[in-house]
Amino acid sequence: MSTIEYNPFAPPLAPGRARALPWMTVMAGSLTTAVPVIATFPILPPLGLLMLVTWRLLARFALRPWAAAPLGAFDDLLSGQPLGSAVLLWSLVFLGVDLIERRLVYRDFWQDWLIASAAIILCLAGGRILAVPMGAQVDGAMAAQGVATILLFPVAARLVAWIDRKRGMNSGLPTGDTA
Amino acid sequence: MAPVHDRRAGFSRRRQYSMFIGYVLAVAGAVVGGVLLVASRFDPPLFAGMRMAAAGVTAPVSSGLSAIGRGLAVVPETINGWIFAHQENAAMKRELAVTRPLLSRARVIAYDNRRLRTLLALRDRDEQVVVTSRLVSSSASSGRRFALLNAGRLNGVLPGMPVRGPEGLIGRITETGLNAARVLLLSDPDSIVPVRRTRDGLPAIVAGRGDGAVDLRSVNATNVRFSPGDLFVTSGTGGLYAPGIPVARVVKGGSDTVIARTFAQPDSFDFALVSRVFVPLPPPPPTPAAAP
Repeated sequence: MSTIEYNPFAPPLAPGRARALPWMTVMAGSLTTAVPVIATFPILPPLGLLMLVTWRLLARFALRPWAAAPLGAFDDLLSGQPLGSAVLLWSLVFLGVDLIERRLVYRDFWQDWLIASAAIILCLAGGRILAVPMGAQVDGAMAAQGVATILLFPVAARLVAWIDRKRGMNSGLPTGDTA
Repeated sequence: MAPVHDRRAGFSRRRQYSMFIGYVLAVAGAVVGGVLLVASRFDPPLFAGMRMAAAGVTAPVSSGLSAIGRGLAVVPETINGWIFAHQENAAMKRELAVTRPLLSRARVIAYDNRRLRTLLALRDRDEQVVVTSRLVSSSASSGRRFALLNAGRLNGVLPGMPVRGPEGLIGRITETGLNAARVLLLSDPDSIVPVRRTRDGLPAIVAGRGDGAVDLRSVNATNVRFSPGDLFVTSGTGGLYAPGIPVARVVKGGSDTVIARTFAQPDSFDFALVSRVFVPLPPPPPTPAAAP
C-alpha cells in the first residue's frame, strides 16, 4: 500500500457531513459498551473519551470548544456512570488542553501522547471518585484499564488522522478560512 | 506540529463573538455537568427515563450480537460433542450409579419434610417467575457493575425484582424501560444481600467488592470463623429475595470478613429469571373518607 495517496482534486465530503463525522466517531466509541459481554470488573477502555481527546489534540477545530458537554452526556447515558460525570470531566479536559496549548506552542506526537495520558488518567480517576464508593476494590482493574487506554492512543491517532484526511477538511486550521 | 493562531480572530466581529461564545459555552458545559452530578447524587432515579430510553435502543442491538455469538459458539461445541461422546457417556453412567442411592434418600427426606411442614401448618410462598430473558450487555468501562436485561415494563419487570440465573442469584432490578431493564449485579460496590450459612443458618451479609468477588461479613456475632467451602444462600430477610437461593461460596477462610465467589457467573449466553418481590410491601392504609 502506498503511503502517498493524497489527491488534492478529490471531491471533499459535504460540509455538514464532514462536520458531523468527528461527533459520530466519538459517539461510536461510547457505544462500545453495547458489546454483549457481562464484565465482572472494568475491562473495556473508555473509547469515547479516547476518540474525543484524539480529535482535540490532532485536529483541534474538528470539534467546537463546547462539544465536550453534549458528547459527555451521551456517554453517561450508556456507561453506567452517574449522569454528569463525563459532562464535567470531558469539559475540564477540553479547557485543560486549551490552557496547555497557550503555553506549549510547538508540540510533537510524544507531547500529544503525554497530554492524552494525563487526560485519560484524570477522567478515570475522577470517574472512580464520583461513581464508586471509596471502599471498593476496583483500583487495580482501573489502573490496568488506564494503561490499556493510554497504549491505544497511537491507534486512535492513526484512525483519526485517516478519517480527517478522508473527510477533506483541513482541521489544523480554523473552520471557515483554509488559508 | 506547527502552532495554530486561532486566537488571532482578525477584524471579523462575527468570528470574534462566535469564538468568545464558544468558550463561554464550554465553561457552562462544565458547570452544567457539576449540577447534573449533584442532582444524580441526591436523587439517583432522576435520569432513569433518559438512561433507559438509550438502553431501549442498545439492548436489541446487543441481543442480536449476542445471538450471533451464541450461534458461532455452537460449532466447536458440536464438534467436541461428537469427539468426546463415548467418554462422556461412560462418565455419566458412573455418576448415575453414585447418585441413585442419594436420590432415593432425598425422596424420603422430601416426603418427611412435607409431612413435618404440614404438621407445623407452615405456609410456603414460592417464588413466582415474571419473565425469563437474557442479560445482553454491561457497564464494562465503568467501576459500577450494572448489566442490561433484555426485558422491561412490557414484560412486567419492575424495579426491586430479584434476578437469578440457573446457578444462583445474579442481582436485582434498579431501573426499567419499556423493553430493557438495568440489573445491579451482586459484585457492585453498592449491592448488599442478607444470607445465611447452609450448614448452621449463621446470618451474614454479602456485599460487592467491585472486582468480581464479594465480601462476606458476619452480622450479629463477633469472632465468627468462616472456613473455605462454606455455602451461603439467601435468608429472605428484608423480603426482597426468596429464601434458599444459592449466593456465594467462601474462597479463603478467616474471621468476620472474608472473600467469597458468587455461584452465578453472569453471562450473556445464559438465561436470567426475574421473579416477583418475595414479600411485597403492604399497600398503604386507605385514607379515611372525609365526613360530609
